[in-house]
Amino acid sequence: MSVIEVTKANFESEVLKSEVPVLADFNAGWCGPCRAMKPMLDELAEGNTAYKIVSIDIDAEDELAEDYDVSSIPCLVVFKGGEEVNRSVGLIPKDAIAALVEG
Amino acid sequence: MYDIIVIGAGPAGMTAAIYARRAAKTVLVLEALSYGGQILNTPDIENYPVEAHISGFDFSTKVYEQAKGLGAEFVFEKAVEIKDEGGVKTVVTPKNSYQAKAVILATGSENRKLGLEDEQRLTGKGISYCATCDGNFYRNKVVAVVGGGNTALEDALYLADLAKQVYLIHRRDSFRGDDTNAARLKARENVEIIYNANVTKLIAEKRLKAIEVTDKLDGSVRTIELNGLFVAVGRVPENQNFANLVQLDDAGYAVAGEDCHTATPGVFVAGDNRVKTLRQLVTATADGAMAATEAVKFVNSL
Repeated sequence: MSVIEVTKANFESEVLKSEVPVLADFNAGWCGPCRAMKPMLDELAEGNTAYKIVSIDIDAEDELAEDYDVSSIPCLVVFKGGEEVNRSVGLIPKDAIAALVEG
Repeated sequence: MYDIIVIGAGPAGMTAAIYARRAAKTVLVLEALSYGGQILNTPDIENYPVEAHISGFDFSTKVYEQAKGLGAEFVFEKAVEIKDEGGVKTVVTPKNSYQAKAVILATGSENRKLGLEDEQRLTGKGISYCATCDGNFYRNKVVAVVGGGNTALEDALYLADLAKQVYLIHRRDSFRGDDTNAARLKARENVEIIYNANVTKLIAEKRLKAIEVTDKLDGSVRTIELNGLFVAVGRVPENQNFANLVQLDDAGYAVAGEDCHTATPGVFVAGDNRVKTLRQLVTATADGAMAATEAVKFVNSL
């Protein structure tokens, strides 16, 4: 799988009702650390069926950012069974990203 | 064994890699997070020669590709220790160890924390270290900035355009930052400057909701309700892991002159973690060039 772009319209189906855990990347194009993390997320998503990675543009999806109380980016939120189970703010290395969702 | 290991893939480290590769030395760059370093947080660089405007991310990506194109290897692991065995230095990461004839420390610096209880937990939940990154989340809200240097003044000005109310809390009675910014701030109606005061407590439930500010002169405590707290109290050089090989000054910066030599032969220091008067992109890249040139000389002398 590759990283899936998520909006308010498909958030419920892609994230909340996902059968596998979801790592949601709240980001913005003007955020350098977010852009630095993108290639790591792409690599983690590639061929991965254990969980999925979604990207949420907080400028376009400000309601989602507000619903999930995102006020600092990059912000990674892990969802399992529709519930938030883990969160990390700021640039972190690839191993640490994987550990967030793999536990 | 590599000729040269560079620790840190910011502008200084990556420039060192470019110079070392052009001198035909084998180079490994070790980086804890991602290439780029602190400059990633700068949305628009306007003072680096050649390009009038470039984002920190685009700048870093170009330098990264340039260094890779010249044959520098990059490994994303954090260097936690260097063992010096004279002609051979062993750099240890949590997973591996790597050997080289010379090492360049280009580790940069990280944000200084206030050191208050719950500060870590509330980062991203009301506490931020980057106003230009996170200011947009605080439109029409109440925020405070802590600090008295140029970064604090610039952050407060930036936030004054977005937020309903900005408090600037400074531990002294005058600013280190430049007078123009201080004057601009004083003219803003939605900015209140609180002098001679420290933030002494964070009050939160799920998010930060208030801070306690203690007056240094009379000890009085004031509670300020707010949505966001921006911390701009300087940076801390990341030299702690290498203090065995490098002399550090009182603030933790590695002591070295313009030639970037440290107390240990074959260990060089480049960029923001070195003692210097001006920490800018252009002085970081200049350090990278100098440190690499000296490291190449050292390797050739073995």
